[in-house]
Amino acid sequence: MTLDPKSPAHHPAHHPDEALLLDYAAGSLDEPTSLVIATHLALCPDCRRVVAGHEAVGGVLLEETAPVEPAAGALAALMTLLDEPAAPPPVDASPIPSAPILPRPLRDYVGGDLGAVPWRKLISGIDVHDIVVGSAPNRFKTRLMRIKGGVAVPRHTHEGFELVMVVEGGFSDGGRHYDRGDVTCSDGEVDHSPVADADGGCVCLAVTDAPLRLTGPLMRLLNPFVKF
Amino acid sequence: MPATRALVLDGVFAFNGVMSDVPPLTALEVTVDGVARATPATPESSLDDLVVAVARNRDRAAFAALFERVAPRLKGYLMRLGAGASHADELTQEVMLLVWRRADAFDPGQARAATWIFTIARNKRIDGIRRARRPEIDPHDPALVPDRPLSADMAIESVEDAARLRTALRDLPPEQADLLRLVYFEDQPHSVIAKTLGLPLGTVKSRLRLAMDRLRRAMGETR
Ligand SMILES: [Zn+2]
Repeated sequence: MTLDPKSPAHHPAHHPDEALLLDYAAGSLDEPTSLVIATHLALCPDCRRVVAGHEAVGGVLLEETAPVEPAAGALAALMTLLDEPAAPPPVDASPIPSAPILPRPLRDYVGGDLGAVPWRKLISGIDVHDIVVGSAPNRFKTRLMRIKGGVAVPRHTHEGFELVMVVEGGFSDGGRHYDRGDVTCSDGEVDHSPVADADGGCVCLAVTDAPLRLTGPLMRLLNPFVKF
Repeated sequence: MPATRALVLDGVFAFNGVMSDVPPLTALEVTVDGVARATPATPESSLDDLVVAVARNRDRAAFAALFERVAPRLKGYLMRLGAGASHADELTQEVMLLVWRRADAFDPGQARAATWIFTIARNKRIDGIRRARRPEIDPHDPALVPDRPLSADMAIESVEDAARLRTALRDLPPEQADLLRLVYFEDQPHSVIAKTLGLPLGTVKSRLRLAMDRLRRAMGETR
């Protein structure tokens, strides 16, 4: 397989923890984190295979679930519904771009491809766009971040959990490099400061489940409005 | 043999009972992998065959047989995940209706019918019980990175896999098996389960990984 991350056949090198893939396959994962996992799956045939294995386990567990007799007449009622036409599929308002950067399902949540993202400036060199996930307010923040080439994201730690996937370009953090499709997950123990690639910067999808603390010297000043 | 064996036998009897007045399913000689599959000899192949019959011939008798086999498990699954009995009946009906309508999307060369139905039921309960969307890939998305070509030894999920998987599940150490079932049946991710059980997150992750490694080995695969 080609190693060029710009090639459409590039396979990610950094994958989500298997436990997250299992949560996703079992259907127990929250919607924001599921969005990151599903977007990674669009770019990662390897993890799709892992999830297929988890689903096979789900199939066996379903077959072994203690059966509960359906209500009387359930089958007869169902048989009368078979000829009813299915509700028409929802009209897809946004036409499929020929070579989209954002894979589905991310494109659906954003409402278009990368070019359609209504960025707002967070601080110099960093733009963000918050994605609405789920109808009820929740403790997660889901956002796209666009980081200019060579810009370092302010040093920070997490009280909770942060899952980041590279959508375009790349960044380096703690001696590792992340390209399109690569995922990194951090929790309270990690104090890190990712730096976007000098050539072209980086667009990431990030989900956090708690506000992060900035630990650099200047960051206390930024804290009131830098809420990643 | 323990309880699971009895469940499998139940399945066979239910199947025979309902299908006795239906002509034999003959349309399934060869699957995409080129391997001849037995006609409804084992419960596993027959579930696949029933879905294929629904897809090819809009076969109502096959669909009714499928309902007899699958609906009680679906209802049990949905109730286990928090639906009341009548809500579970409602959702079971919706799942079975999707099985009827989407049967031609079922590819027996990719997965077993039980697996395919599990994914429909899982998505239906996220929608119907948790009231959330389920983000999923679109196989036709031009941005999708295509699968690696499968080598001969990377077998697709097969009937034999399911039998081995069942045995491997039964043989998991209890602390792994219990955790795994919680992930599938509690609608809680492993991080929350770890908190609930008062276990370190790392312990939960490694137990789940060990469990999945064993199950994958049973399916003849390594990550
Ligand atoms: Zn992956």
